Amino acid sequence: MSRSITYIEAISEGLREELKRDPSVFLLGEDIGAYGGAFKVTKGFTEEFGEERIIDTVLGEAAIIGAASGAALVGMRPVAEMQFSDFVTNGFNQLVNITGKYHYRNFVPIPLVIRLPSGGGIKGGPFHSTNPEAWFFHAPGLKLVAPSTPYDAKGLIKAAIRDPNPVLYFEHKFLYRHSKGEVPEQEYTVEIGKADCKRQGSDISVITYGTGVHWALEAAERLEQEGTSVEVIDLRTLLPLDTRSILDSVKKTGKVLIVHEDTLTGGIGGEIAAIVSEHAFSNLDAPIRRVAALDTPVPYAPTLEEYFLPNTEKVYKALKSLAEY
Amino acid sequence: MPATKTTSKQKKSAAAAAADSMHLNSGLKSDELLRLYSYMVQMREFEDSILRLYQQGKIVGGAYSGHGNEATAVGSAFALTKDDYLFPMHRDMGAHIVKGQSVLNLMLQHLGRDTSLTRGRDGTGHYSDPKLKIYGNISHLGAMVPVACGAALASKMRNERAVAMTYIGDGGASIGEVHEALCMASVMKLPLILIIENNQFAYSTPTSKQFIVDKLSKRAIGYGIPGITVDGTDVMEVYRVAKEAVARGRKGDGPTIIESVTMRMHGHAAHDNAWYVPKQLFAEWRKKDPIARFETLLMSEGVLSSAKRDSMREGIVDELESAMKTALERPYPGGEEAAKGVFQE
Repeated sequence: MSRSITYIEAISEGLREELKRDPSVFLLGEDIGAYGGAFKVTKGFTEEFGEERIIDTVLGEAAIIGAASGAALVGMRPVAEMQFSDFVTNGFNQLVNITGKYHYRNFVPIPLVIRLPSGGGIKGGPFHSTNPEAWFFHAPGLKLVAPSTPYDAKGLIKAAIRDPNPVLYFEHKFLYRHSKGEVPEQEYTVEIGKADCKRQGSDISVITYGTGVHWALEAAERLEQEGTSVEVIDLRTLLPLDTRSILDSVKKTGKVLIVHEDTLTGGIGGEIAAIVSEHAFSNLDAPIRRVAALDTPVPYAPTLEEYFLPNTEKVYKALKSLAEY
Repeated sequence: MPATKTTSKQKKSAAAAAADSMHLNSGLKSDELLRLYSYMVQMREFEDSILRLYQQGKIVGGAYSGHGNEATAVGSAFALTKDDYLFPMHRDMGAHIVKGQSVLNLMLQHLGRDTSLTRGRDGTGHYSDPKLKIYGNISHLGAMVPVACGAALASKMRNERAVAMTYIGDGGASIGEVHEALCMASVMKLPLILIIENNQFAYSTPTSKQFIVDKLSKRAIGYGIPGITVDGTDVMEVYRVAKEAVARGRKGDGPTIIESVTMRMHGHAAHDNAWYVPKQLFAEWRKKDPIARFETLLMSEGVLSSAKRDSMREGIVDELESAMKTALERPYPGGEEAAKGVFQE
């Protein structure tokens, strides 16, 4: 049995189920208690689980992340919310120097989840729209996941909480209420480290995640009518990368478009391009192409933000040029 | 109740105070007093061994010493039980030892050998030993204070009545993470004890360039928590205020800041000869050497004899020599080990 729910409902459901399943799971963050969180992911949680487990913290991302690390080290399973992913920079030292390096240095599990409401398209401007995943992609010891659908959102939050390692969970704010889909009523998780083929195709592979999946699927639909078959690989986990799924798809199609909403230079797309050229160069029939945001801060005015962000049209054009190559 | 007070006798000159300010008023039994003494001697002997190994080129990285900090490290950790969480800093080798760490493990850590607690991935006191509830610092000072806060939070959530004790220096106290952690710990009434080791210098920077408040414990007023300044060369005084802070934590009365005033008698690390410290300052503080002061008192009170002192020291040195020999015989880990263990499988 399944029913259609939104991406944000799927996250809430996953959190609720894990809170019920495991008494060592608890939530901490700014305004997540009675207020229910800036985006209402934790609405009603205090009533259900009590303020001891749904902890409204002081405003301080280093304290939140640090406290999550400390509690995780001594056997708890904290899930910390960054109100906006942008603010994770205030806790950057904690994540890259303590959390990420802990297991490697000490062989001690540090099971925590940081939820990071990310991304643009909400007129949030330079400080409420960031996609910060690439900063952490380069920092060893942190797993990164970025779901694109309600099914993956729920399955990945549950898997993240159960993982013995720190997991950064990038949840896309635009998808919160724009993405709706079938989610089973029965228990399931989505394995961390496994990409998902969201659409099978034979001519071009799109390697993407998050909002990029939706742009790619819409563009693929249009190209289908024009006789080009596009495959869409949703990475779901950004670290550790599912290189096998990427390479299998590229070897099948011979053409690759990498799409992400994050800015282009130093983005995860660069690493994917390197992997493809190292391991599938002889399979390529066209240069690897990338569609990503401009290398600027995220601008505020609607016209500027629209120009800045990738979208279905930009993905379509890139696919079209690859099809014609 | 927020309060800032001075329990030390620092109004007198340091030299005069050193001679007469200590009393056996701590309520400790003589075997406990001897243990305090022994731990301090152990810390100094250990660190002297490390400095010798550094001079011989056998320590591949930096070597730090807590000369002058023995009473602070030992007296504070002595107030903990095995169930409490210890987050020590780099001048707190004595705290590791009090909490049950073996000198062999500490030696292996400093030498980066294959069987060290971090299997050579990190050095010095940068290790974690969950069995002993020791969670060592990282080089970014202040960063462990929020982490200690998290252990205190877990303790509170699970009704453990265990406290988390951590340390920062007069320099590290300027780091923002310390402030965030104290804001969190105070409003949540977490059993966190922060010992500020005011040892007069942050690397080469004197306290006059670090803060302008006369006592760092006064910062506690801003958090609405108790703040106490203590003579950091008096091991019983450090123990006494730490024990009170631990009791407050266990009762659910929240965190405490203890400023322990002492002197860093060596440079920042073994490479640094501390030329920037006025010689007179070293001379004054040398009169208040935490171990010599305590030893004089214990001998004058008949708790320690010179024969007992010599046999204790001999036992400590023998154990150290044996640990050093064992550790030096261990190899470095195989290079390929570097690729493993980023994640728990």
